Amino acid sequence: MEIVTNNCAALSNYEVLKHLQVIKDSKRKHKGQLATITYETLRYLENTPVGEQTSDSIRECMKSLSAFNLNKTELLMIINSPPITALEIQLIVEDSEERLSEDQVQQILVILANHFPHIVKEQSDNDNEEAPE
Amino acid sequence: MFILAEMKNVTRIPPELFNLHLNDAIAGELNNKLANKVVLNVGLCIALYDIVSLQESFIIPGDGASHTRVNFRFIVFRPFIEEILTGKIRSCSQEGVHVTLGFFEDILIPPTALQHPSKFNETEQAWVWEYDTGDGSKHDLFMDSGEIIRFRVIAENFTETCPAGPTNIQESSEGNENKVPYTLTGSINEPGLGLLTWWDN
Repeated sequence: MEIVTNNCAALSNYEVLKHLQVIKDSKRKHKGQLATITYETLRYLENTPVGEQTSDSIRECMKSLSAFNLNKTELLMIINSPPITALEIQLIVEDSEERLSEDQVQQILVILANHFPHIVKEQSDNDNEEAPE
Repeated sequence: MFILAEMKNVTRIPPELFNLHLNDAIAGELNNKLANKVVLNVGLCIALYDIVSLQESFIIPGDGASHTRVNFRFIVFRPFIEEILTGKIRSCSQEGVHVTLGFFEDILIPPTALQHPSKFNETEQAWVWEYDTGDGSKHDLFMDSGEIIRFRVIAENFTETCPAGPTNIQESSEGNENKVPYTLTGSINEPGLGLLTWWDN
């Protein structure tokens, strides 16, 4: 076996999730390592916000975010784990204080909340669960 | 965190798979060969993405199987350096915090990359971040196993795990058991990183 290119493209978690779901639902019974790794990876991905994204919502979101001069890996991270706080954006975007104004950060958060409403909901769900403690 | 890697291979299809469509048979063989395996300097292989090209199959004298040259793309887990990932704490030890993603377990956050100041609590077997509340007192934040943790990937390491040669099988088989082909090093010493519950408000 030979490696032709060891990184010809980056995949978003959403694409991987969809591809693995197809493998899992195909009629042929998979056994052994493939079944193990698809099961484990699906379980991980389904527990992330990626589970409720759609290709349309991602495409629209990317369009709206194109105004902010973010690079590819930053966009990929934003789509894979949509930030809900300004602090998370600071982590993802390098030198975010210089590149983005506070208003822009807020705009990004609003855009993400509009396109992926479930991330905000999940957060408040968590809060409710924790409140009784 | 996932990439596509293009590879080529001569795939042997044994006669009992001749009833299948060639593409399906090859896809099955490639998945058997690579799924859940680490390829050196490529990453952890997950599943076949697509077959790019197939060349003609040939038969080698003395073997009933057909051999086909195939170019294909595989989904590979290989986070880039500086990527932010979310995982679960598997365990804590003197060496640091061990994190798992479910399908990939060899992630270590060494003590030097933990929030400062942190120390290891022997009785609880957990790392504790002694958070300075600002008024001179300290608030202990425990990192228990099972908690969700967000971290930054700061290094990756591939190790060659070849089968041992015949001469010193006994020695090297012991050494091989501890060899991990692909490990990631994480860091949480930035605001926003660490247990998700730390940053909720």
